[in-house]
Order: sequence, then C-alpha cells, then structure tokens
Amino acid sequence: MDLSRLIEVYFNAGVAWTYLPDLLHGAWVTVSLSVLVIAAGLVLGLAMALLRLVLPRWGVEVMRLWVDCLRAVPPLAVILLLYFGLPSVGLSISAFWVIWITLTLILSAFAEEIFWAGLEAIPAGQWEAARSTGMTQRQTLADVVLPQAFKICVPQLTNRTIGITKNTALGTAIGMPELLNEAQTALSFSGNATPLIMAAIGYLIIFLPLMALAGYLERSMSWGKTA
Amino acid sequence: MNALIEQFFNLEVMAQAFPFLLKGLGVTILLTLLLTPLGLALGLALALGSSARHRGLRRAVRIWVNGFRGLPPLVLIIIVYSALPFLGLRTPPLMAVVIALWLNSSAYYCEILRAGLGSVPAGQMEAARATGLGRAQALRDVVLPQAVRNVLPDLASNTIELVKGTSLASIIGVSELLHMASNARSVVYNASPITLAALMYLAFLLPSVRLTGWLERRRRGA
Repeated sequence: MDLSRLIEVYFNAGVAWTYLPDLLHGAWVTVSLSVLVIAAGLVLGLAMALLRLVLPRWGVEVMRLWVDCLRAVPPLAVILLLYFGLPSVGLSISAFWVIWITLTLILSAFAEEIFWAGLEAIPAGQWEAARSTGMTQRQTLADVVLPQAFKICVPQLTNRTIGITKNTALGTAIGMPELLNEAQTALSFSGNATPLIMAAIGYLIIFLPLMALAGYLERSMSWGKTA
Repeated sequence: MNALIEQFFNLEVMAQAFPFLLKGLGVTILLTLLLTPLGLALGLALALGSSARHRGLRRAVRIWVNGFRGLPPLVLIIIVYSALPFLGLRTPPLMAVVIALWLNSSAYYCEILRAGLGSVPAGQMEAARATGLGRAQALRDVVLPQAVRNVLPDLASNTIELVKGTSLASIIGVSELLHMASNARSVVYNASPITLAALMYLAFLLPSVRLTGWLERRRRGA
C-alpha cells in the first residue's frame, strides 16, 4: 500500500468535488434536525421538571417510570418501532419526524432528570427568603430558584445534549438523507471511501465547537457546583 | 385500538420470535462483557496519558480522545466496516463493531476517569509514595480506588450507554438483539418483535438506570 493509492482511495479530490453538494445537503439536514431536537427536548424536559414540583406522589412515580424507560431503551429500537409500526395503524410519519420525535423524547427524559436534580439542590431557605421579601411563588421560581438551578445543570446538560444529538446519524438506518446517509450513498456510487472521510470531518466540524463550548461553560460556571 | 395491539403487542408473534431474540440477546451480552473491560482499560490508559509529563504525548492523547468523542458511534462503525476494506483490510461486521465501540467508549471512559483522578487530592499520592509504595502501586492501591468511587455513577451511566450502543451493530448485520427483532419484523410484517426486544433491553437496563440514579443521589448527599 503506497501513499498515492491511499490518497486516491480516501482523499480523492475529484470524488470529493462531485459529491460535495450531496454531503452539504446532508449536513444541512443533520444540523436542522439537531436544532429542532435540542430546542424541543430541552423545553419539554424543563416543563416536565417543573410539572414534577406540583404533581401528586403517584404522578411523580408515573413520570419517573416514563423517564427511566426512555433512558434505558436504545434509541434505534424506538426509531424502528415507530417507523415500521405506525403506518400499520394508520399513522404515516416521515423518517425525519420519526427521528425528531424519538430523540426529542429521549433528550427530554435526560433533561428532566438533570433539571430536577438542579431544582432539588437549591436549599429551601432560598424559596423562603424570596417569598418573605414579598415575591410570589412564580417570581421566586423564575427569578431566584431557576437561575441558580440552571448553573448547576449546565455541564451535565450540555454533555447529554451533544451525546443525544449525535444520534441523528441513526437516520441512515431508515433511509433519511442526513450526512451519514448521503456519504454511504456516495460511497456506493463512487466505489471510493472519500465521501465517508468527508462525512467524518463534517461531523467533527459540527460537534467539536459544541464540545468546546460545553467545556467553556463547565469551567466558567464551576462555582455553582455543589460538590 | 385493536389495530394498535395487533401491530405492537401481538403475543402470538412475540412467542414465535422469542427464541430468535434470545439468541440475539446472547450476542448483545457477549458484546457488553467484551467491550466494558476493554473500554475501561483503554480509557484508564488514556486518562493517565492525559496527565503525562511529556507535553507531546498529552496533546496527542487529547486530540485522539476529542476526535472519537466528536464522532457519532454509528459513523465510526460505518467507517471501520466500509472504509477500511479499501485498504485491503477485510473487517467482519462483529470485529468492526468491537473496534468502533471500543474506540468510542474508551474515549468517554477516559474523560470520566480523568475527572475521577483529578478529584483525588495530590497529597494522597505523596503520602502513599512517602510510605515507600512505588508509583504504580500507589496508583493502584491508593489513588485509583478513591477516584473510581468518586465517579462510580458516571462509570455506570456510561456502561449503560455502551450496552445501548451495541444495538447499532444491527445496522451492519451483526445478529444481536435488535437485529434479530428487526429481521423477525420484516418476516412477519408486524412490529411486535421490536416491542419485545425493547422490553428485553428494559429488563436489563431499567434496574441499571434506577441503580445509577441511586448512586448519583448518594454521591450528592455525601
């Protein structure tokens, strides 16, 4: 195996140029799907954590079971279940939205757990002190408790969010034209591995800055840690 | 409602598929038993490398670890499975999955163990060395046990992610649990085998998730 053959197979400029538009389109699908998953998953997770503050005991138990099941099940199993099962009961959902629903539910479960731990870590005295200054329950939550809870949540939340967002690559299993899928298609058309290398670089371009941001947030907010 | 039960919870279909799924579960468990110690060992080596005295080595380890954390595991699996053969290296599906998930999980184990090692005060190593223990011995008998205890919930949680990750092997045709279920589904044209597979994952992983939650709460309380 000489160097020119290596370049020919993995870093072929001609192949790269031919399939660049397809891969860029795939990257766009990956990024837009990721943004939709992150937005919906975090909002739903926060809503569930807040709901848990007011739920009766049995309600909390039901929510915990739901959340723990979503944390325990492999995302691909849920994706296949929804994608192949739902059409037979009259619900046809496109691959894009199947991935979105699955990853949103899974992210919301992890986020709920993390937000809840953050809320729990705020001492009761913070509630009492804020209420005694005349703030309402809502104001106390929004202006005193949540800002402190967020700071505690940030490191875990960013790591989980990035980890779950990477599962958008599972779209290729049900033929959704995201980055990995476009690369696989290009590989089989061109008989050359360059598109896969491009996809790998594409994922690194998308996720390495996010990981750097997560590391930065973690360091800058480390004073909020309980340990 | 009947259509829903018929499609997702068909007991007859589940009973037919069960023996196949059990075989698949065996492969899933095998992958887990193989990858967990491999991942932990390489993760520990990388964590130690991250704090090596040699600057070049430290840098190289950081680039390696961040690179493998930045790639979705499925992308790694596909690269090992379908890009390596262009070099003339035939990688059978099972081996491709083991290599890819090993690289992926060890990078995550590394980050966790690095945090664990960082949480043990330097005085522990100094005190152990002062009693005459060698560096390796001090690390093994004094520092590492404390480090592992401090990050036990994270190690457990990463191991759960690893088990879930083995389901990706189904995409390149390794006959693990989800692959067997997926095959059964396409034969009977009914999603119940996948429901059954999901329940089998839950049977193992739901108690593990609960245990991890308990470890996490105990750590916060401590």
